[in-house]
Amino acid sequence: MTLTHYLLLAGALFVISVVGIFLNRKNLIVLLMCIELMLLAVNTNFIAFSHFLGDIHGQVFVFFILTVAAAEAGIGLAILVVLFRHRQSIHVDDLTELRG
Amino acid sequence: MALELPNFALLAPQIVIALAALVLMTAGAFARERWRQWNYVVAQLAVIVATLLTVFTSGDPRVQTTFGGIFLVDWITLVVQLFIYLSVFAALIYGRFYLIERGLERAEYYALVLLSLLGMQILTVANHLLLFYLGLELMSLALYALVAFDRNHALRAEAGMKYFVLGALASGLILYGLSLIYGATATLSLPEISSVAALRPGDERVFGFGLAFLVAGIAFKFGAVPFHMWVADVYHGAPTPVTLLLASAPKLAAFALAFRLLVFGFFEYAHYWQPMLMVVAVASIVLGNLAAIAQKNLKRMLAYSGISHVGFILLGLAVGVVEGNHQLALNAYSATLFYAIVYAVMSLASFGLILLMARSGFEAEWLDDVKGLNQKSPWFAAMLLITMFSLAGVPFFVGFFAKLAVLQAVVAAGYLWVAVLAVVMSLIGAFYYLRVVKLAYFDEPTERQPLIASSETRVLLSGNALALALFGLMPQGLMSLAAYAMIASL
Repeated sequence: MTLTHYLLLAGALFVISVVGIFLNRKNLIVLLMCIELMLLAVNTNFIAFSHFLGDIHGQVFVFFILTVAAAEAGIGLAILVVLFRHRQSIHVDDLTELRG
Repeated sequence: MALELPNFALLAPQIVIALAALVLMTAGAFARERWRQWNYVVAQLAVIVATLLTVFTSGDPRVQTTFGGIFLVDWITLVVQLFIYLSVFAALIYGRFYLIERGLERAEYYALVLLSLLGMQILTVANHLLLFYLGLELMSLALYALVAFDRNHALRAEAGMKYFVLGALASGLILYGLSLIYGATATLSLPEISSVAALRPGDERVFGFGLAFLVAGIAFKFGAVPFHMWVADVYHGAPTPVTLLLASAPKLAAFALAFRLLVFGFFEYAHYWQPMLMVVAVASIVLGNLAAIAQKNLKRMLAYSGISHVGFILLGLAVGVVEGNHQLALNAYSATLFYAIVYAVMSLASFGLILLMARSGFEAEWLDDVKGLNQKSPWFAAMLLITMFSLAGVPFFVGFFAKLAVLQAVVAAGYLWVAVLAVVMSLIGAFYYLRVVKLAYFDEPTERQPLIASSETRVLLSGNALALALFGLMPQGLMSLAAYAMIASL
C-alpha cells in the first residue's frame, strides 16, 4: 500500500459524500451521514500523510476532527428533532417553506 | 528542561469571553428565574472587558506570538477584533427587546453568542491550521444553534437545517484543502507553510488543488456565488437578532480567515487563488444585485445585497498581486479591510431598523412594512435614508468611499472592465435600495401602530446611522486605521 492508494480511497470517500449531499432528496439522516463520511475521508487523508511523512501532527489533528464531528452531529440531530416536531417528516423535499 | 509558561496575557480577551460563556451556560442550567436579567449584563460586560483587554494587550510590539507561535496577535487582529466586538455589542442591544417580547431571552442565547464570538476571535489570532479549523467550527456550530434557537417556529428549524448542512459541507471542503496542504508541506504551522511554499515552486499542482478547496470553502462561509444558496433562506428564516449577528461579525471573521490563509500562507501562490476569487467576486456582484430586485422580503433583499457586498470584499482580495508585482498589494488589502468594516457597520444599521419596527407578533420583515415610516417617525425615516444611501454607495456616505477604495485598487491592477461592471451593477443595485426609501417617504402606512422599541435601541440606531453619514464626510480616519493595520502587520 502506497500513499497514493490511501489518497485515492480518501478522495473516493470524499466524492461519495459530496455527491450524496447533493443527490439525496429523501432523508435528512442520510445527509448527516454524508457529512460524517466527509470528515472521515479527511481523517484518512491526514493519517495517511502523517504516516508517510513521519510527522505526528496530522494524527493529532484527527483527534480534534473526531471531537468536532461529534459536536456537529449533536447539533445536526438536535435541529432535526425540532424540525420533525413541526413537520412530522424528515424528507429533504419538504424543506420548501423558505423560498424567494 | 525548564518549563516555560506561554504568554497567557496576550490571549486575555479570548479567556474572558470563554469564561463568560461557561458562566452563562451554568447559569442557564442552575440560576433562578429572577436572576435572568443578569444574563444580558454578564454578556455585555464580557464584551466590554474583552474590548478593553484587546486594546491594552496588543498593538505594541506590532506582532506578538504565544503558545509556541500558534497564536499571532498583530494590528489586523486588533482592528478586526475591535469591530467584531462592536458588532456583537450592538447585536445584543438591538436584539434584546425582540427576544424579551418573544420569551427567548435566556442564558443559552447569550452563551451561544459568546461562544460564536470566541470562535471569531480565534480566527483572528490563529497562526496554525488546527486553530483555523477549530475557530471556524466554534463560530459556525454556535451560529447553527442560534438560527434554530426559537423552536416554536417551523421556519427557524428549516433555516437552521439548511445552514447546518451547507455550513458543514463548507467546513469539509476547507478541511480537505487543509489536509492536502499538510501533505504537501509536512507542517501545520502557517509561517512554515508559507516558507515551504515559497521554496518549492515545483509542487504547484498539489497546492493548486488544495487552494481550490480552500477558496471554495471560504466563499461558502462568506456566502459568495456560486455558494450562496443558503444566504437568503437563512437570513429570512433566522430570528432577526440572529440575522443581524450573522450579517455583521462573521463577515469580519471570514475576512480574517481568508486573509490569513491566502495572504499570510500562500502569498507566493497568488496567481492561483486570485483568479478563483475574481470569478467568485464578479459573479457575486452581478447575481447579488440582480436577485435583490425581485425580493419582497426585506431580510431576503438585504441577504442578496450582502452577497453583492461580499463580492466587493473578495474583489479587493483578488487584485493585490499583479503579474508577480507586490507593490499594489498594501493598497488593495487595506481597501478590502475598510470595506469589510464598513459593510459590518452598515448591516448592523439595516437590520437594526427592522428590529426597531418589529414588535410582538409583527416581524416587520416585508418591504410593505416599511411603508409610511416617515409619518410614524420622521427621525428614523431619516436614519433609514442614510443607511440605504450608504448601502447603495451614494456619494458622501461611507459606503461610497468603501466602494471607491476597492474600485481604485481594481483599476490600478488593470482590470478596468471589472470596475466598469461593478459600477454598472451598483447602479442597478441602487434601484432596490431607493425603493425602500420611496416606500418609507411616499407611501401610506398599512397600519398605524407607533414604534415601541426600547430607548437603548433608539439611541444606538441613531448613533449607528449617523456614524455612516459622519464617516462619509470624514472617511480618512477609518481608512488610515485600515491602512496602518496592513502596514504594521505585513
